[in-house]
Order: sequence, then structure tokens, then C-alpha cells
Amino acid sequence: MSTTSKPKRTRTLKVDYLARVEGEGALYIKIKGDTVTDAELRIFEPPRFFEAFMRGRMFTEIPDITARICGICPIAYQMGASYAMEDACGVSVVGPIRDLRHLIYCGEWIESHALHVFMLHAPDFLGYQDVIALAKDHPDIAQMGLRLKKIGNDVMTMLGGREIHPINPRVGGFYRAPSRKELNTLVEDLTWARQASIDTLKFTATLPFPDFEQDYEFVALRHEDEYAILEGRLVSNRGLDVPIHEFLDHAYEEHVPHSTSLHAAMKGRGAYMVGPLARYNLNFDKLVPIAQKAALEVGLGRECRNPFKSIMVRSVELIHACDVALDLIENYEQPPRPYIDVKPRAGTGVGCTEAPRGICWHRYTIDDTGIVQDARIVPPTSQNQKVMESDMRHFVEQNLDLPHDDLQWQCEQGIRNYDPCISCSCHFLKLHVERE
Amino acid sequence: MAGDVSIKIIGVGNEWRGDDGAGVAVARALREKALPGVIVLEATGEGAALMAAWQGADVVILVDAVRSGAGPGKIHRFDARDEHLPTDFFHYSTHAFSVAEAVELARVLNRLPPRLIVYGIEGKTYEAGAGLSPEVAQGVEQVVERIGAEVARLKVGFDSHTNIE
Repeated sequence: MSTTSKPKRTRTLKVDYLARVEGEGALYIKIKGDTVTDAELRIFEPPRFFEAFMRGRMFTEIPDITARICGICPIAYQMGASYAMEDACGVSVVGPIRDLRHLIYCGEWIESHALHVFMLHAPDFLGYQDVIALAKDHPDIAQMGLRLKKIGNDVMTMLGGREIHPINPRVGGFYRAPSRKELNTLVEDLTWARQASIDTLKFTATLPFPDFEQDYEFVALRHEDEYAILEGRLVSNRGLDVPIHEFLDHAYEEHVPHSTSLHAAMKGRGAYMVGPLARYNLNFDKLVPIAQKAALEVGLGRECRNPFKSIMVRSVELIHACDVALDLIENYEQPPRPYIDVKPRAGTGVGCTEAPRGICWHRYTIDDTGIVQDARIVPPTSQNQKVMESDMRHFVEQNLDLPHDDLQWQCEQGIRNYDPCISCSCHFLKLHVERE
Repeated sequence: MAGDVSIKIIGVGNEWRGDDGAGVAVARALREKALPGVIVLEATGEGAALMAAWQGADVVILVDAVRSGAGPGKIHRFDARDEHLPTDFFHYSTHAFSVAEAVELARVLNRLPPRLIVYGIEGKTYEAGAGLSPEVAQGVEQVVERIGAEVARLKVGFDSHTNIE
């Protein structure tokens, strides 16, 4: 990527406050001649020390405490913590209670993906500053996105008591299980949502995508019987295939000077990607048939290595989540008790679920009275930081001829490919590009 | 029915983040007053939920903590049908789709209630933990009074305006 004809010139691209991402951070890119010498996601959201203040709390309190880490994916935290506590105590939740967990998680996927696809990411592709500007020209699209998001919220409210920081899930299941009749009230909306998701995919397939394919290590949960959301083994396209307990034997987290969020990497291999693209590439065969069919029909293919197309993959996952939700409701039998008893015992337990943005890994050690001795959480955004930086480096090098404003716009868009949740990874976003 | 104007008061915020609980505190104080014909709700500020919450109401009064740089406890009032909300006042982070965005998106989509009044109370601290700072607690009391008076006026005004008998 070097030329001798042009004088070396340093350019800096700066986005001082990246909009439409959760939390606070900045992107800094330094270009010397035709080479990107620095590509840093600078995260300055203050660290929140969640792991420290969970020590000394009862194991049953942890799902509600960790849910506060994020307003957009509280279920990921509640479920990861609940599974970890159940693992530590030697019980497992199966049957209709597990189905309810699967259902509320589908609700979270629907509301989170609908928000990201319509409100946060689509404006980038269509050249609008935000969804309000988009809505002026495309009110139907904005209305569809709002209704989809609302339906996701409704699923979460029905099962969780409210749409943000649900209060009904607990270690062992739920405080209250809904009746069949209650769940049936969701069917009409979810049926609409499934079709709207197919239409969403068709719409996103018409968006202009930069030609940008990368060779990623994808990491996701994989489950024998389903497109893994709640549980599974951790697998990758580079040979990782381990139970979730062994995650930290293969991955590590490190501090970097420019971020208050830890950076995760695979030992001996480096950056890896989690989230919709990783799940899609590793688990396409487990998507419900209607989602597979829709994906192939719009030409997405079984593999996708263009991160900008994550907006299409999220649309496929919307179809999947709606269809699974409908199936869970159709086959639901209200359990005699909404939870199983979980008696504390000394030990360590691990839980890992697929948050909308990727795997969210939890490990807790508790004593025989259930008091938490140690807590460790590896959220999805900290795992994606290295690939976000390498994407920016490669994308800028391939597009040095773009006018400054266009390049800056596409860099922000490139960060939003990951729907980063900086509030989870510690919070986002300023972009600096420096050219020398 | 004579005098039936549906009024919804929505207190927005997170009581566990210091002064961010101001909107919720106003909602609770007004609920205790049990103003006739007034529905009081508490909301987290999530945009889609807010837009759904104000559906069907003639008048919506929304209260939230704001950060504009003014002194703590200062009260801002917007008649949202007549003026745009400054998005940087209501900064809150459910992926940047919160009170101001919900109001502006609803305006574009023609989904604003017939009247929408937004009160902002300037916060001082948003640290984790419960409790309002004294200036903000005072602001809350004033907003409760002002909304009480405003509701009384609105009912009269709305009745005469719509000429309901």
C-alpha cells in the first residue's frame, strides 16, 4: 500500500463523538502516506466496577444487578448470570421454563435488532444523519421499525414485567409464568412481525454495500438442536470447539492504554469476531427454514464476510426470532411452578448466552451460603474491539482516495456494523483521523 | 361525557441514578394527589415505549431530568407541538433513542398527541445510587405544583376549546 510518487502526508480522521452508538468513546485513525499507522477505538466511559461490587452479594441478587449493566440487552446479563449460578449449584432448567427463557430472549433480539437496523444503521446507508431525517422521506420504513421494536418490547414486558431491566426472571426460572392465554395475545403481532422481518431483509438487501470482505475468526455458541441463544459449545471457524467452561483457556483479555474497556483476543491467533455475522457463518444450518430461505432468496449466501452486510444478517435473525417465538408460544404448556429450587453450594459456575451483539460470558464463584466470592464477565463489545480496529485500518487503507467527509462517514458506519454497546464493555463515539 | 379530556402524565427516569429520578419523583407525587381524570405513568425513557404510552391521550405532560448546563433544579418547559426539543438536553443512552428523539420522530410521523408539554428539571448528579440532590428535590416540588395548576387550566381550556358539553 505504499507509493513513492506522492509525498508522505499525515492525515488524521477524528470523530469526536460517535452518534448512534451506546456509551461514550472516540475513533482515532492516523494515516502516513498510504498506510494507516494507528487505528484506535478510544473508550473513555468510566469503568463501572460491576465485577467488584458483586462480591459479597447473594447469588440470587446477581441477575438483577448485572441486568443494570445494559439498558438494551438486560436479558443477556440476567440469563448469563442465572445459567452460571445454576451451573455452580448443579441444577439445570429445562422444559417450559427454558422455553420461556428462550422466548424472552427472542423478545430482546427483536427489540435490539429492530432498533439497530432501522434507527441506527439504516440512516448510514441512505445518507441521513439520523432516523428522524430518514423518517421524513421514508415514513413507512420508520413506522415498520418502530412497530417491530415495540413488539419485541411487548414480549419482554409480558415475560419480564417491563421492557427495560425486567424484574420477573430469577435464578431457577421466573417469579411468575404467564398463562397460555396471555401468551396467545402476542401471536397476531408476532405473525405480522415475522412477515415484516422478511420485508426488512428485502429492504436491507437493496442498500449500497462497500466491497469489503475480511478474513475473520468467527466465534459463537453452537447447539445441536437450535440456532444457539441460551447455551451451547463455543466454536469457531479456526478450530475452536470447547465447552463454555474452557473459554478462558483459549481467550484472554488485556488492558490497552487507549480504552477503559478490556480487549479480548484468542491465544496465539489474536482478534476474533462475535455477534450476528459470527453466528450466521457458523450456524446457518440451524436457522429456521423460513429464515434460511429468505436469506438465500435475497442472495445473501450461506457465508458472509462483509461486516457492512451485518444489517442483512440482523434482518435474517429478526425472521428467526419471530418464528421461534411463535413456535414456542404454540407449544407452550404453563409449568406447575415458574421456577426450580436452586440451593447454594460452594463452587464456580459459568454461563454464556448469545446477546444480540454476541457471546456474553459470565463466571461466578460462590460459597456454601451463596455469597459471591468472585465474578468475571466478558461482554460482546470488548471481544469485538480488536476486529473493529482492524476493520477500520483495512477499510481506510482501501479507501484513501475518498474525500475526507465520506471516509469519516463510512468509518462511523463501519463501527456501527458491530452495534457496539460501550456501556456494556465498560460506554461511545468520537472519530479522529490524522493524515501525515 | 362532559369535561372528559384524557390527560397522561409520564415521569421519565431511573431512580437509581441520582437526579435522573426527578421525573419519576414528580410522577409519584402527582399520583398521590389523585387528580381526577389524569393517568400517571412512570417510564424508563425508551422511545418506542414512550410513543406507545402517549397514544390515545389528548394531553401528555412528560417530565424528565435534563442536562443543559443551567443551575441544578432549574425548570425548563416546552410546548412540544410548537417547538423542537433540544436533543442534547435529554441525553440518555438507550442507543440514542430517548425522549427528544421519540418526540422528534413522532413529529415527523405525525404521531404526536394533540398536546404535548415537556418539563425538564436540571439535574446535578447522575451517579449510581438513590436520592435526589436538594436543589432537584425543590425543582420536583415546583414542577408538581405547576403541573397541578396546568392540569386544572388544561381541563377548562380544552373543554372550552373543543366545546364539549
